Amino acid sequence: MITRLILSDRGSRWLFAVLIAAAVLVPVGNLLVPAGSPLHIPTYTVTLLGKYLCYALLALSVDLIWGYCGILSLGHGAFFALGGYCMGMYLMRQIGGRGVYGNAELPDFMVFLNWQELPWYWYGFDMFPFAMLMVLLVPGLLAFVFGALAFRSRVNGVYLSIITQALTYALMLAFFRNEMGFGGNNGLTDFKDILGFSLQADGTRVALFLASCLALGLGYLACRYLVTSRFGRVIVAIRDAESRARFVGYRVERYKMWLFTFSAVLAGIAGALYVPQVGIINPGEFAPLNSIEVVVWVAVGGRGTLFGPVLGAMAVNYAKTYFTAALPEVWLYALGLLFVLVTVLLPQGIVGLLGRLRLRRRTSETTAATAEAP
Amino acid sequence: MNVLDHNEEFARAATAVPDTSHRGILYLEDISVSFDGFKALNELNLYVDDGELRCIIGPNGAGKTTMMDVITGKTKPDSGSAFFGQTLDLLRLDEPAIAAAGIGRKFQKPTVFEPLTVFENLELAMSGDKGVWASLRAKLSGEQRSRIDEVLEIIGLKHERSRRAGLLSHGQKQWLEIGMLLMQDPRLLLVDEPVAGMTPQETERTAELLTSLAGKHSVVVVEHDMAFVRSIARKVTVLHQGSVLAEGSMDEIQNNPKVVEVYLGDEH
Ligand SMILES: Nc1ncnc2c1ncn2[C@@H]1O[C@H](COP(=O)(O)OP(=O)(O)OP(=O)(O)O)[C@@H](O)[C@H]1O
Ligand SMILES: [Mg+2]
Repeated sequence: MITRLILSDRGSRWLFAVLIAAAVLVPVGNLLVPAGSPLHIPTYTVTLLGKYLCYALLALSVDLIWGYCGILSLGHGAFFALGGYCMGMYLMRQIGGRGVYGNAELPDFMVFLNWQELPWYWYGFDMFPFAMLMVLLVPGLLAFVFGALAFRSRVNGVYLSIITQALTYALMLAFFRNEMGFGGNNGLTDFKDILGFSLQADGTRVALFLASCLALGLGYLACRYLVTSRFGRVIVAIRDAESRARFVGYRVERYKMWLFTFSAVLAGIAGALYVPQVGIINPGEFAPLNSIEVVVWVAVGGRGTLFGPVLGAMAVNYAKTYFTAALPEVWLYALGLLFVLVTVLLPQGIVGLLGRLRLRRRTSETTAATAEAP
Repeated sequence: MNVLDHNEEFARAATAVPDTSHRGILYLEDISVSFDGFKALNELNLYVDDGELRCIIGPNGAGKTTMMDVITGKTKPDSGSAFFGQTLDLLRLDEPAIAAAGIGRKFQKPTVFEPLTVFENLELAMSGDKGVWASLRAKLSGEQRSRIDEVLEIIGLKHERSRRAGLLSHGQKQWLEIGMLLMQDPRLLLVDEPVAGMTPQETERTAELLTSLAGKHSVVVVEHDMAFVRSIARKVTVLHQGSVLAEGSMDEIQNNPKVVEVYLGDEH
């Protein structure tokens, strides 16, 4: 079944070919090729690629609801950040007595705030499996409750987009407060190690990169299973003719709610893998603008295809890395312009453009062939 | 999956069969609906027998579509009652529950799932478990495939099975929507203007199809095309300003002076 999911679609074949190649070449290039060699891949690049993979998974989660079910979430950054905070809490507890204040029980920022004991919601985060469970549960539960409220009251379209923005904005304000117990303004940082391995070590960096490859691959497969099942046809039906779907007998709000929850869990996983690679999580990750950027990646890549958002996330973030280094003040304008251009000129994004080019080549080949025929 | 089954009526409706021991399948009593003070339905009463083919006519804005909206749960009336069989209170159910109980509907403007193929449209409409988990694991059985093939044959879209529904002609979309109704296998079919935009041949085939359905199913057809109504109707109900103006055979209706005045009058 897995082979069918990968092989039956051109985009999927490409994606898996590239992912597998990267999973082999990047570790070899970083760990085995000596640093002086032109083929050596610096650890900085490994981490950068790992970050892109996390963004790609986030884009995939947004496309699943927006591209396939028409739910434009402008707050998916919130689920990403929540997954990130769960991972961050685990990494904080891993620091143990090595913090500036040397308190084995309390993270530095709590000592600084004169807190005497660990708040109850930090319990259990010293255990990796528990923290990973929370990475799935916290975004999932929030999305489930949010979805139950919004979809059952039939909030749709722009209104839904606005309340998702409000959601991420409200969380940002909450996490900025020191009393929340998540490090306030500074967030969680100064991580030392994960599962006992130093986060500074090349081997750990490569392992995190590989974990990101795996997460993207598995997340992609899961999405592909969803969209090729009858469930996938139902959500497309809901996207294009919601009331028809109801009259045919589908409980539209339940489909949306479960899809939204699944999508939020994917975003949470992406966030959890992102945090150990960048070494920090702070309330800025909840910024409404972040969530809007994700939508731009999806639109640029091509929504309603699973391959598109992965491509879009990679391409736009590569451009961002380049621009913010070369011409930092231009980046936001470039992003805005890109979005406008794509919306106007390439409604199906890069993937749509590739498809059209291929079609044109094929037609010109056939016309050439007919012309040659006597 | 049942976390949200707050309304047990839903669950009951999904398996319930309308109780038609008193011959009636649909009972609408004193239904009133108003939009911003305007009465689209005004104490409407309508009874449909099990197995009956009923035509509803009436001038534009008479409330025909609004009546279907009430029956299928899209619009909640201000007052009145609506029962499916003896026991199922339609006003307490939502759209999917009403569909599951056995009421299917064709819209006035044909609505099919445009990005999906003809085959997939029929697949989604097929009666059965429409829950999230069921559709995640759904696989078509041979029997279900042949049921879809059978319907494709009936609606004359056998050669279009893999075409995107959005690419069909207007008449073909109408047929596909009728096919989706057949796949749902409802006890009661509500068909809003089925022959609008059809060629005379297509219209004739639609008439044949609808008459052949009556008996096993109950069918309520709203139509403006008088020739069509005459060709299928046994009993006709005339709606006017949200209430029933007259009811009877086509001949009785056409000779009813009230009807001639408000409706047929402006055709002559
Ligand atoms: N959602 C709504 N809001 C306001 N007015 C409405 C709404 N739906 C219907 N109406 C009004 O109610 C009246 C009845 O409309 P309805 O669509 O039921 O008529 P109809 O008999 O189906 O007409 P037609 O033959 O044109 O389809 C019309 O005057 C219409 O403008
Ligand atoms: Mg109407």
